[in-house]
Amino acid sequence: MKFVDEYRNSALVAGLTRRIHRISTKNARFMEFCGGHTVAILKYGIRQLVPQNITMLSGPGCPVCVTDNADLDKAIALAKLPGVILTTFGDMLKVPGSYGSLQTARADGADVRIVYSTMDALQIARDNPTKSVIFLGVGFETTAPTIAASVLQAEEERIKNYYILSLAKLCPPVIKALLDSGEVMLDGLICPGHVSAVIGAKPWEFIARDYGIPCVVSGFEPLDILQCIGMLVSQVEAGRSEVGIAYQRGVRPEGNKAAITLMAEIFEPCPARWRGIGVIPGSGLKLRPEFQCYDAEAHFEINPGPSLEAHGCICGDILRGVKTPGECQLFAKVCNPEKPVGPCMVSSEGACAAYYLYGEGV
Amino acid sequence: MNERVLLAHGSGGKLSHELVAKHFVKELFNPILAKLDDSAVFELSGKLAFTTDSFVINPIFFPGGDIGRLAVCGTVNDLAMVGAIPRYFSLAFILEEGFPIGDLTRIVSSVKATAKEAGIQIVTGDTKVVQKGGCDKIYVNTAGVGSIPDGVAISGANAKPGDKVILSGSIGDHGIAVLSQREGLSFSTELKSDCAPLGGLVSAMLEASSEIHSLRDPTRGGLATTLNELAMQSEVGIKIEESKIPVRAEVRGACEMLGLDPLYIANEGKLVAIVPPDAAEKVLVAMKTNKYGGDAVIIGEVTAEHPGRVVMKTNFGTSRIIDMLTGEALPRIC
Repeated sequence: MKFVDEYRNSALVAGLTRRIHRISTKNARFMEFCGGHTVAILKYGIRQLVPQNITMLSGPGCPVCVTDNADLDKAIALAKLPGVILTTFGDMLKVPGSYGSLQTARADGADVRIVYSTMDALQIARDNPTKSVIFLGVGFETTAPTIAASVLQAEEERIKNYYILSLAKLCPPVIKALLDSGEVMLDGLICPGHVSAVIGAKPWEFIARDYGIPCVVSGFEPLDILQCIGMLVSQVEAGRSEVGIAYQRGVRPEGNKAAITLMAEIFEPCPARWRGIGVIPGSGLKLRPEFQCYDAEAHFEINPGPSLEAHGCICGDILRGVKTPGECQLFAKVCNPEKPVGPCMVSSEGACAAYYLYGEGV
Repeated sequence: MNERVLLAHGSGGKLSHELVAKHFVKELFNPILAKLDDSAVFELSGKLAFTTDSFVINPIFFPGGDIGRLAVCGTVNDLAMVGAIPRYFSLAFILEEGFPIGDLTRIVSSVKATAKEAGIQIVTGDTKVVQKGGCDKIYVNTAGVGSIPDGVAISGANAKPGDKVILSGSIGDHGIAVLSQREGLSFSTELKSDCAPLGGLVSAMLEASSEIHSLRDPTRGGLATTLNELAMQSEVGIKIEESKIPVRAEVRGACEMLGLDPLYIANEGKLVAIVPPDAAEKVLVAMKTNKYGGDAVIIGEVTAEHPGRVVMKTNFGTSRIIDMLTGEALPRIC
């Protein structure tokens, strides 16, 4: 298949692997920030290819996983309101909140619908003018521009029954918070590919400069990831720390200007609560005051009750890279993708689900 | 000609009789069905297999098939997977009030054609009509009996270390063809469902060797789930090679786009055979000469190691565990 097979060429994979083994001498800890990378690394068995002196850690880059219970409870409470259709990406459906999931709310009669894009949600609003259609806006810089586009479209068409519960989050601030906590020591960061396609590579420069940690943006194919690891190893061996791009076909240093402009037009930064990490200033996106009529939180009155965490679940530690899924006493015993206890086991990009699915730590 | 199904078509009265006579008995005619007694009466001796399956697919017509063909194939294949020769079937419909008679006629002709191809007879049936909204257009149930030839002992529990794992052709065609037609997800593809009756293929395989240990059709849950079932039932490990598994470019493309894995996508005309090593080549040759086994290939083998688990050697020489399908296959979020 064009544009895929080229990046899964086994001879090139073998060549890159040999090169990494040849140049790598120092012990190094690399974190892949993005859940999509965690899945690809486990799916293609890339940990089996890198030398033993390199340790790979999984980071907090799964938007489903970092959604705080209190925020999820809000979404469920909104879904239960009469006359509301809650639209969401499929991954959120099964995540257990404090008192149930969107899936159980749906079974109890709430109108919860899976959509593949914000434009599908907007179409549902057009088709159901007597209902209030809320889009559950979970995602990173990848999703935020598409939410912004749907708000602009609603504005243009004067659609009055479309709302956003904005739980959108920004990636660079959470990495800064992780590094500032001092809990994880990193020698290299595999920067997210799709997020960087939007924001560019420049927003990672402070990590290389202020923390002395090499950063390389990676794509999601085996060759992308191995090239990225190779570039990180080169920097580690040479004692350098810079921002590199191993995903030239998708990422430019300055990012996607149209998407960035669109985001800034509709959203402004706000503090956001990350599961397991806490409130990080400037790490969330809320609708600007002039678009408040689309803000579900401003429009609907809900009382989701106090949020509760599942006993024994260490998703928070896993998201911070402090622990691995195998170290959780619930992993694969009580918690599995069929009956998930925490979000990292639900999301297709969650570390626990990926470890479980591809047999790491079982 | 916009005739539609009415509640009275399922009431047992005059309209019911008309429907049965005109659309079912006439189309699916055979002497056993035509008697129209309360039960079909027939003779069969020896070891028998009996199975049932219900079909609620949406959309009811899809590229490469429809709910009628699927309903016959599903039960034919379940019988074939224990080595039985499929013979006598029941066919039951639950129809939603207002369902177009024209669509019903199309479905019944498809049942007729598929039954003929599979060499089975529909010998009894039933029709119920529910109020508008009481079901989604049409549900179909089939049950079937088949006879198992002497000396055939096929079971998911019979896989032995050293056996070869044969796959009859490319995976994921049915699931992706159906998905491509779903409301809100339409994408254009030339792909057709692989929906097919596999009784003839299995007969040809058994003629080549009666030593086949296990057969299974990887329907819902896909190849990955089927291999896991076999590994667990036989308490053995299964090792497969990624490079050997045929996947059409259209299926790979759609899976890439939707964030799905072809290993977990449904098939309706494929089978997995577990065969002793010395019989594998003979069985493979027999499969390749059959219409529904042209792309058959050995994809791996049964091992004594890691019982109950399926491990795949990737194209990069690494290996990973292939687990069963968990939950619904949901597209990714970013």
